[in-house]
Amino acid sequence: MTIADIQETAEAAVNEYILAQETKDQLRFLTCGSVDDGKSTLIGRLLYDTKLIFEDQLAALERDSRKHGTVGEDIDLALLVDGLEAEREQGITIDVAYRFFATDKRKFIVADTPGHEQYTRNMATGASTADLAVLLVDARNGLMVQTRRHAFIASLLGIRHVVLAINKIDLVGFSQERFEEIRKDFESFASGFDFETLEAIPMSARYGDNVTAKSDKMSWYSGPTLLEHLETVEFGEHALEAPFRFPVQWVNRPNLDFRGYSGTIASGRVTVGEELVVAGPAKSSRVKSIIGPDGEVPEARAGEAITLTLEDEIDISRGDLLSSAAHRPEVADQFAAHLIWMSDEPLLPGRPYMLKIGARTVTATVSEIKHKINVNTFEHMAGKTLELNEIAFCNFSLSSAVPFDPYEANRTTGAFILIDRISNATVGAGMVWFALRRASNIHWQALEIDKTARSQKLGQKPAVLWFTGLSGSGKSTIASMVEKKLHVDGRQTYTLDGDNVRHGLNKDLGFTDADRVENIRRVGEVAKLFTDAGLITLVSFISPFRSERRMARDLMGEGEFIEVFVDTPIEECRRRDPKGLYAKADRGEIKNFTGIDSPYEAPENPEIHIRNVGRDPEEVAEEIITYLREKGFLAGFAEDGEGI
Amino acid sequence: MNMQSHGVTPERLSNLKRLEAESIHIIREVAAEFSNPVMLYSIGKDSGVMLHLAMKAFYPSKPPFPLLHVDTTWKFREMIRFRDDTAKRLGLDLIVHTNPEGLEKNISPFDHGSSVHTRIMKTEALKQALDKYGFDAAFGGARRDEEKSRAKERVFSFRNANHGWDPKNQRPELWNLYNARVAKGESIRAFPLSNWTELDIWQYILTEDIPMVPLYFAAPRPVVERDGMLIMVDDERMKLQAGETIEEKMVRFRTLGCYPLTGAIESDADTLPAIVREMLIARTSERQGRLIDKDESASMEKKKREGYF
Repeated sequence: MTIADIQETAEAAVNEYILAQETKDQLRFLTCGSVDDGKSTLIGRLLYDTKLIFEDQLAALERDSRKHGTVGEDIDLALLVDGLEAEREQGITIDVAYRFFATDKRKFIVADTPGHEQYTRNMATGASTADLAVLLVDARNGLMVQTRRHAFIASLLGIRHVVLAINKIDLVGFSQERFEEIRKDFESFASGFDFETLEAIPMSARYGDNVTAKSDKMSWYSGPTLLEHLETVEFGEHALEAPFRFPVQWVNRPNLDFRGYSGTIASGRVTVGEELVVAGPAKSSRVKSIIGPDGEVPEARAGEAITLTLEDEIDISRGDLLSSAAHRPEVADQFAAHLIWMSDEPLLPGRPYMLKIGARTVTATVSEIKHKINVNTFEHMAGKTLELNEIAFCNFSLSSAVPFDPYEANRTTGAFILIDRISNATVGAGMVWFALRRASNIHWQALEIDKTARSQKLGQKPAVLWFTGLSGSGKSTIASMVEKKLHVDGRQTYTLDGDNVRHGLNKDLGFTDADRVENIRRVGEVAKLFTDAGLITLVSFISPFRSERRMARDLMGEGEFIEVFVDTPIEECRRRDPKGLYAKADRGEIKNFTGIDSPYEAPENPEIHIRNVGRDPEEVAEEIITYLREKGFLAGFAEDGEGI
Repeated sequence: MNMQSHGVTPERLSNLKRLEAESIHIIREVAAEFSNPVMLYSIGKDSGVMLHLAMKAFYPSKPPFPLLHVDTTWKFREMIRFRDDTAKRLGLDLIVHTNPEGLEKNISPFDHGSSVHTRIMKTEALKQALDKYGFDAAFGGARRDEEKSRAKERVFSFRNANHGWDPKNQRPELWNLYNARVAKGESIRAFPLSNWTELDIWQYILTEDIPMVPLYFAAPRPVVERDGMLIMVDDERMKLQAGETIEEKMVRFRTLGCYPLTGAIESDADTLPAIVREMLIARTSERQGRLIDKDESASMEKKKREGYF
């Protein structure tokens, strides 16, 4: 062979190798365990041994090791993976970080998540997209509370493949007995979870035993190394075998002749000619064509991002779910679900949040917390609110019916997130368990005499004047004055006063945040009924939280809700203290008093803003009447005799 | 070829197909959820792949957003040519923005140093452009494998009204359910290539035959060795320092940016397979070619907090 021949052969071999790379698949896995268990060291070891640690990263690593390292002169593999500056200085991992490495067989994406209980949400985040979980255990300590917690969260998030990495086996003298003991403990404990594969592997991440290379110190162990297992474990069949689900993300209309529905196939497969239904309205049609990333294809399967066209023109938009006609999803506006709470602000039942499921976003409330789950003991506990990192089983009530599957059956169509309506933060992650049937059995009674008919008869335009402000700010005084003026003007009115309502309708409620939310919800609903009846309703409630005032606003028709912020500084309210409440609160006799040990969230854009220091209530009331007149609420018979 | 021997059952998507699908999903989600998105187009290989994915995501329609290039005026001339050709070939709107104050002050990486140049001509310029057009979402081609602080960045990365990133206060991101809610003035940077590695990018370019700026391919080019890097003399604004000489070397670039800040590597990889081959045996990660990351290992995180992509 000539040199040119040799080069050519070498080139051909490399080209073949490159082609083979294209058929590699991808495994996403989660590592959990605490820093002390050697989690970061294990990932560092995998990256190091698979040669994806480049020279310059190594040089930076050596420098950093001298600065922050905890293992003396050796390179600290953990520093490869502990990301942000502050975390490195604290020596802990506090977020989810994603790492990448590859072998000839697979590419791996590692979600590296912290182990402590206060980071349950981070672990859930990493677990949500993982195909497999590696749970680390320190061989000296055996199963810990956190091991159980991690197994539980992995199972809750639908991970079906688990590796129990029994690490630091060198520190127990590579003992088979110890390994077997931990393995059996875990197997008996995890038998209640729905894991399909469970592989226990004895290893030392620090020295590399059984991570990527077989250890020569554990001849008793005949199983795979961690890497061998990760390279060969089968996964992902469930999404392929489940019925066809396709959340429509985008309607593709380049011209009048083409109408396509774009999205990612959540589960199952689809072929040209197959009958599909739109869940909910239950319209059906047949698949005319499937456009994959590389053009038209006769069929497509779970995970692929495609565009479908249908034989018939039916009305489908973003948020709809196309499904197999033979196996349809559930459709309901109430369901029970597991919820992981991810916000510092507690979850309050009754408070509206945005719920995103598939490509659809609706308003939702938790109607009831059935029970909280202790993540360490799995005990069920009662609870009225949910704090950061807590998990509960809850009933949800949605503003409209949505299609879904139980999470157990489908990790895509059964998953949702909750978004706070004020801060826009992602505050919760949910997994649907089952639909609640009562929703479909209570139908709206259509009434022939409606709001317009009633308000015409009264000759007025209904409205809700919502007075909010601290206790003692002057809400009730002003509201009462406004009502008198309206009454004299011949208007039909009603006042809902905070204190009065608490004597009747809301006498079962206290002053916790959860009860305050419910208090406002009920008053909002009553105000809505009065508005329907055509009345001008005055609501005088402290109503300290923005989201509940927003909820009340959303209950009313466009323009019917008038927020009146009675803005009196707390010093002034305290000075006035008409009911002696501030004095009591200061003495600690009243708990959860707004402005003292419970927050007041001032309105940002009230329709009417009353700075109520040194002002005559009469004058303030007149200002409000003027507002109503200018906005057309008091038009009606007085001027042109035609009503509204 | 025997598929089984490579670990893929015929059913499961391959690594590249899974990445492609995920990216298309992200791109469509941004287009559907935001009222005024834009795609940052930096002309490099990652941008090229992202743009290619966007074309696929909306086919037979065109992507429903314009491209934005922040031009520092110091990009390689070949990049600018390639940029204009690409926009024309694909029939897309291209917005080019340069910081007018920077232009006025003649900001130059040679005279003002890399960090001042980057701040004024890239970071500030980008913020100006986003504010000027009121974009509520901007796609970027960043990958999590590039650098440590990127490893934690979300796919939908929230930016406050000052374009700042708060690594301590990121929104949890679960499943493929991206939270696209922002208040007025706030925005999202969306990273469809988050889970791609440099090798994935090149393999995909090879498989899909995506056009790339010729600078990625080895060719004889005039270079000067400066601070341990090979800097290409792209125009007359580069002044030689004492003792420097221009040499013609067989070089290529692993990343592209402003020519005075981008080091070339000596290579004879002049085809896509040759580049991938070189990648497979690479011993040096790509950002080494960038002067701006050199200062300290946490420098990228600092820049990102200030609004850098």
